[in-house]
Amino acid sequence: MKNIAPKLQSEQYEKNFSDLHPPFTQNSAVTEANRCLYCYDSPCMKACPTHIDISTFIKKISTGNLIGSAKTIYESNWVPLTCAKACPVDVLCEGACVYNDKGEKPIQIGKLQRYAIENYFEKGMPTLFHKASKTGKSVGVVGSGPAGLACSAELALMGYEVTIYEANKIPGGLNTWGIAPYKMRREDSLKEVELVKSFGVDLKTKIMIGKTLKVNDLLNKHNALFLGVGLGESPQLSIPGEELSGVVGALDFIEKVKTENWHDIQVGKRVAVIGAGNTSIDAATEAKRLGADQVYIIYRRSDVEMSAYEFEYELAKRDGIVFHFLTSPKQIIGKDFVEGIECLKMKLGEPDKWGRRKPIPISGSEFTIPVDMVIKAIGQETKSSFLSTISKLTLDEEGCVIVDQTTYQTTNPKIFAGGDCINGGKEVVNAAYDGKRAAHGIDKFLSLPKGGK
Amino acid sequence: MVDLSINCAGIKSPNPFWLASAPPSNSAYQNCKAFEQGWGGTVWKTIGEPVMNVFNRYGGLDYNGQKIFGLNNIELISDRPIEVNLKEIAETKKLWPDRAVVVSLMVESKRETWHEIVKRTIDTGCDGIELNYGCPHGMSERGMGAAVGQVPEYCKMITEWVTEVSTIPVIVKLTPNISNIQLPARAAKAAGANAISLINTINSIIGINLDTFELKPNVGGLGGHGGYAGPAVKPIALHLLSQVAIDPEVNLPISGIGGISNWRDALEFILLGASSVQVCTAVMHYGFRIVNDMIEGMSNWMESKGFTSLDQIRGKSLQRVNDFGNFDLLNRTIARIDQQKCIHCNLCYIACEDAAHQCIDLTPVNGHNKTEVREKDCVGCALCSLVCPVENCISMVRIDDGSASKTWNQLTAEFKKSGKPMSWENLAEFQHKHNIVIH
Repeated sequence: MKNIAPKLQSEQYEKNFSDLHPPFTQNSAVTEANRCLYCYDSPCMKACPTHIDISTFIKKISTGNLIGSAKTIYESNWVPLTCAKACPVDVLCEGACVYNDKGEKPIQIGKLQRYAIENYFEKGMPTLFHKASKTGKSVGVVGSGPAGLACSAELALMGYEVTIYEANKIPGGLNTWGIAPYKMRREDSLKEVELVKSFGVDLKTKIMIGKTLKVNDLLNKHNALFLGVGLGESPQLSIPGEELSGVVGALDFIEKVKTENWHDIQVGKRVAVIGAGNTSIDAATEAKRLGADQVYIIYRRSDVEMSAYEFEYELAKRDGIVFHFLTSPKQIIGKDFVEGIECLKMKLGEPDKWGRRKPIPISGSEFTIPVDMVIKAIGQETKSSFLSTISKLTLDEEGCVIVDQTTYQTTNPKIFAGGDCINGGKEVVNAAYDGKRAAHGIDKFLSLPKGGK
Repeated sequence: MVDLSINCAGIKSPNPFWLASAPPSNSAYQNCKAFEQGWGGTVWKTIGEPVMNVFNRYGGLDYNGQKIFGLNNIELISDRPIEVNLKEIAETKKLWPDRAVVVSLMVESKRETWHEIVKRTIDTGCDGIELNYGCPHGMSERGMGAAVGQVPEYCKMITEWVTEVSTIPVIVKLTPNISNIQLPARAAKAAGANAISLINTINSIIGINLDTFELKPNVGGLGGHGGYAGPAVKPIALHLLSQVAIDPEVNLPISGIGGISNWRDALEFILLGASSVQVCTAVMHYGFRIVNDMIEGMSNWMESKGFTSLDQIRGKSLQRVNDFGNFDLLNRTIARIDQQKCIHCNLCYIACEDAAHQCIDLTPVNGHNKTEVREKDCVGCALCSLVCPVENCISMVRIDDGSASKTWNQLTAEFKKSGKPMSWENLAEFQHKHNIVIH
């Protein structure tokens, strides 16, 4: 990189990546829990993709029954700490809180869930559930992200022998690697992995299915298979200069930040992030918090169309991120290193088939922003090249695995799937729900007279 | 211009707010500070027999995160010598001639002892005497306080010892720890008391520590009953106040006490006949400064309602205090839910379904539940409107035209007249005639 942002003091890094939403104290948690109306058949519970019985777990916090509170949460969701910290609560549970209709601040459900679950880990994970007797059948789970963990936990408690195959040496998937450190640290995700392991799940890391082991090996070894492989790399921008030093993918960048070796991460003095989704915001704010002077988000549509949540947009603005809307990158300029990005102004045309207005280039509107680093954050590609090698598996036109909506069974009866690899990229909480539902799909399948044979 | 001044049995104060005889009115320093902030009067913390307090003496009852919904204490009467108190009372009254300074007394049950303390108290220049017949702990075991208030004969005897020498108004403070509050009130009246004050604190154990199994407050591992006060006791106080206020055999001015925390509470006491009101727990929680809102809030309310003096509202609600037997059985109300205001918490549904008469329907509409009252089945109990967190969302609507009216007393009299026994069958016939469905 041509101009590297100067390194910060360790304390400054810690401060920059400290909790965005500091935890409740006991007193504040009880006060907030008492504010909850304890709605019956509550809207927040319906809004949660895993349907956690929220008002019940909150009521239990108010009475000091914290272990019972954690149990209520785990009955619906196996990665509640990650969900508590990474869920877009404004558009899910808290957005549905009846207090909004009353013109008052909604209950801080995410923070209360965090309080109950952190207490559960502090208490040393006391037993909440008892395992059913052994079924004598085994299930292989590919990927230890939220979908894989949820599926494994549920199956293990139902008496199945479960083996997780994880390519990375550190498990947890995007829960471990993909969430900005000021929202959640790696160790939180690893605690949730430990809980699942405590149910007797065998977790094998550094095993890349398709390379170290083949899918057929797993199909031979296990009675059924669950794919929770997530998504792959950031797609190419397909513009000149993409090969220059200083051009990186957003997920690679975010993963590096999650190692927490902040001193060792090179970040440009001036950084351009391409794309305006929630991952773009993460990458931009992280670059800024690592010491970048100027961070730009470049997006070809306007703020109305961008997929980043409102609260993420607000966070970026608070961090001083500069947004270039209606701007498309034309080429990355530089000799060996990134020196600038040439952009083209856009205008919005007619809505496309999804209803989003199509950006149209304005000819002759080229301008250059001098930058030292370009972070590509225009989504993730599906792992279709791997998935398409699996026999009898069907993918949709986007490259997502097609599953039965109830059982999560793929077109290969022994294979089930959930999470980002079936939906193209949603929230942790959706993956957690998929994994749990798929476990029941697998159980139903393996309970058939000829299931898994 | 609103005039908040009151005259309670000849004791005058610029507003009805007095400090109750309690820890906040313990010393000249405290009483003078209270007067500076606007309190209309004080009942000096009870002086009398030598006592010594224990160190840990209060227990709080919190409710859903709200601190001190109730407060229990085992503090005794003033633990400072009589001489010190009398000197400070005289100084305070001299400094604050326009405020009511009443002195609470409690000594052993001997005529001479009472005569002596009453005379010495009058010498301070104070405006009145309050006889503490209510203290439920520590003193009652020594034959004083509630031990007197619970026995009308003692109450009469001691009050007579006081009134036979007193030249200033005498208020008798009653204990609520009795089955019929009217009996000691009548005894006080018969003995020449000038006013009644009520209630003193209620016998209570405030709670148990679930880790140590100790009682609260915990005195070196032991605990016991104490006096319960604070917002939680207000309804009990209002009831006992009304019982004394409507008793024609008493007919004395009353100083109301029990859980008064703000001007709204105070107005309720006045509407049930209180002349002055006494406050303790709210001051113990927040300090003397609360009187500012009490005076201002009450004045603003009076002005908004067109009242100029508290005499215009005193006892205004007493005429409505009545017996169940005189309530109209045919005054029919039902609940109506304002769908525009509903926030879909469904608390009305679950309350009605599990605890009332199963007459609210829950129907899924556009991702939430619609709650609707099945009016023909609604018994009008009002539980739903009480659990609803939205103001004016559920209202109780009267549906009868007022043409029919029947009280239980009238009904039983009619049955008797026509020779019908009060049986389930005869009652059902009456209900059927008036289209009342019981389920």
